[in-house]
Amino acid sequence: MMSAIEVRDVFRSFGRVRAVDGVSLRVPSGGVMGIVGESGCGKSTLARIILGLLPASSGDVLVEGQSLAGLDRRARARLIQPVFQDPYSSLNPRHRVRDIVALPLRAQGIWDVETPVLDMLARVGLDSTLADRLPAQLSGGQRQRVAIARALILRPRIVVCDEPTSALDVSVQAQILNLLAELRREMGLTLVFISHNLAVVEHIATEVAVMYLGRIVEQAPVEALFADPRHPYTRALLASVLTPEPGLGIPDAGLGDGTPDPANIPSGCRFHPRCPSVTAGCDTADPAKIRAKGRLVECLLAAD
Amino acid sequence: MLDVAGLRVSFGAIEAVHGVSLRVRHGETHCLVGESGCGKSVTALAIMGLLARGARRRAERIGFDGTDLLALSDRGMGRLRGSRIGMIFQEPMTSLNPAYTVSSQLTEVYRRHRGGTRAAATERAAALLGRVGISAPGLRLGQFPHQLSGGLRQRVMIAMALMCDPDLLIADEPTTALDVTVQAGILRLLAALQAEMGLALLLITHDLGVVARVAHQVSVMYAGEVVESAPVAALFARPTHPYTQGLLASVPVPGKLRRGQPLDPIPGSVPRIPPDFVGCGFRERCRFAMPACAVAVPLRERAPGHSYLCQLTP
Repeated sequence: MMSAIEVRDVFRSFGRVRAVDGVSLRVPSGGVMGIVGESGCGKSTLARIILGLLPASSGDVLVEGQSLAGLDRRARARLIQPVFQDPYSSLNPRHRVRDIVALPLRAQGIWDVETPVLDMLARVGLDSTLADRLPAQLSGGQRQRVAIARALILRPRIVVCDEPTSALDVSVQAQILNLLAELRREMGLTLVFISHNLAVVEHIATEVAVMYLGRIVEQAPVEALFADPRHPYTRALLASVLTPEPGLGIPDAGLGDGTPDPANIPSGCRFHPRCPSVTAGCDTADPAKIRAKGRLVECLLAAD
Repeated sequence: MLDVAGLRVSFGAIEAVHGVSLRVRHGETHCLVGESGCGKSVTALAIMGLLARGARRRAERIGFDGTDLLALSDRGMGRLRGSRIGMIFQEPMTSLNPAYTVSSQLTEVYRRHRGGTRAAATERAAALLGRVGISAPGLRLGQFPHQLSGGLRQRVMIAMALMCDPDLLIADEPTTALDVTVQAGILRLLAALQAEMGLALLLITHDLGVVARVAHQVSVMYAGEVVESAPVAALFARPTHPYTQGLLASVPVPGKLRRGQPLDPIPGSVPRIPPDFVGCGFRERCRFAMPACAVAVPLRERAPGHSYLCQLTP
C-alpha cells in the first residue's frame, strides 16, 4: 500500500545544530502518526520539512507518492495543510474569520467562497455569526477551530498538527481532540500529530515515533509502544507522565538534568550520557536502524 | 501558616477573584488548580501584595503565621517577601535578571534580609545550589541565566526562594515550561525540601497530574471562586462539583478509554465575571444547571475538609 507520507533519510542542520539527523518515516494512509519528544528534539523542524515550509539539507519527502520538491506551492497546499500550536499568532489579527478561512481558496484562484466557508465553519462547530469576527474576539478554542477550518477548506489529504492543543485549557483541549478525530474519520484524513504530551498522543495516534536529538529512536503502533516500550528513552518518557492518580508519588525516570545539545551530539548512541541502562560500547557503537520485535528501536541493548 | 478568607480582587469592571478562602498548614502542600483566567495566579499575587496598580484587593482576612497581612505596610510586606515567604514563578527566564550572575542574584536576597558578609552569603548560595541538585555550584554561581537550561534555571529560582529559610513557599506553575522528564525532577525536589524543612507550600497549577502526585489538600478554582476543596484522595475519588467532574473527564489518561472513544469535554469556554455577578459562575456550561443556580450558591460540606459550592446535594 502506498504511504500517505514517506520521509527518506532526511537531514537538516542550522549551522552546527543538527536538528534533524537522518529521519526515515512512513505514515500509512488514514493513520495518525504521533511524533513525541522533548523541546529541541527536532520534531517541529521535521514537521516544517514535511509541510514543505523548510527545505531539507538532504533526503526526500514523498507525499501521496509525489516528491515534495517537484510540487509547486498550490499543488502542495491541496495535498497537505498545517495546524499550529498557537492560535493567537497563527491567525492574521486584522482579518475576519471568513477571510482567514477563505484565503487558501482564493490562493487557488477560487473566488466563489461564501458557501464553502460557511459550510466549513459549521463543520468545525463554529456558529455562522462568528464569521465576521476578528481573532481577538474569539476564545482560544474558537481560534483553533478557525485554524482547523482553514486547514481543511481545500479538502487536503494530510494535516500536520504541531502541538495543536498545547496552548489550550484541558476542557477545551478535549473538544479539539474530539473534533480532529471526528474530521479524520469523516474526511479520511491522514494526520501527523506532534506533541510533547504523551497522554494526548496515546489518545489520538495510531502509530508513534519517539524523537531524541534529531533521530527517531523508537517507532511502533500506539498500543505496542505504550504496553511495551523498548528504548530506554521511551521508557523514561512514559515513566515521567503524571497521570491524575493520587497516591502514586512522583516518578524517577533516572535521567537527571543533562540537557541534550543538538550542536554537540554525543558519539555512539546519542542517548548514552543520560541513559539509566548504559553499558560498555554504548559510547562507540552507533545503534542506527536497529530493529527489535519488528519495530525500530535504536538501542544496542534492544537488538534481537 | 496561611489563612485567607473572603479574598476579592477586581480590575476595573472585571472581578478576577471573588470570595476565595483557603488555608495552608505547616508542612502541607496545598494545590490551587484551575484553567487560565480562573484567578489562581491573581490570588497568589494578592496574598503577596504584588498586584499591579489599578487592582483593588479586599478580604476578610489574610493571615500569615499570626501576622495580619492586610494591616501590614508596604515596607512590612517587603520584609516578609523573599525572607519568610518565598516565591517561584513559571518562567524562570523572565523572573531571573538576565544582566546579573546567579551568585549576585542569590546573595542579594540574603544580604538584604539577613545582612552579613558577601562571603557568607556566597557560601550559603553554593550550599543551596548543591541542595537543589545542581552539580558544580561554583561554576554555576559565576554564570548568567541564559547560560543555564530551563531545568537548571528553575532550580536556581528554587534555591533563591529558599535562601532565607522561608516558612511558606508560593509556587506559580513551577514546572509548566519544562519538559516532562525535567518536571518530575523538580517536583521531587520540591516535595523533598518541603518534608525536610517543614515548609507550607501553595502550589498553583493547571495540571491535574501534578495535583494528584504532590498535593495534600486541593482547591479547585473556577471564575474567581474556589468551587471545591478537598484532601487529594477524596477529590479524585469523589469529585463533587460538576466543574471538577468535567475537568477530570476531559483529561486523556493512557489506557482509560477504549480506542476511538471520544473524550468527555466541558462545552463552551470560561466566562468573564463582572463584579455584580450573582449565582454560580459555571451554570452556563453545567449540565445540571437549574433556575436556582442564578441566585445564590450554598457552600456544602461533603465530609470533614471536603466542601463544594453548588446547589446539588452529594
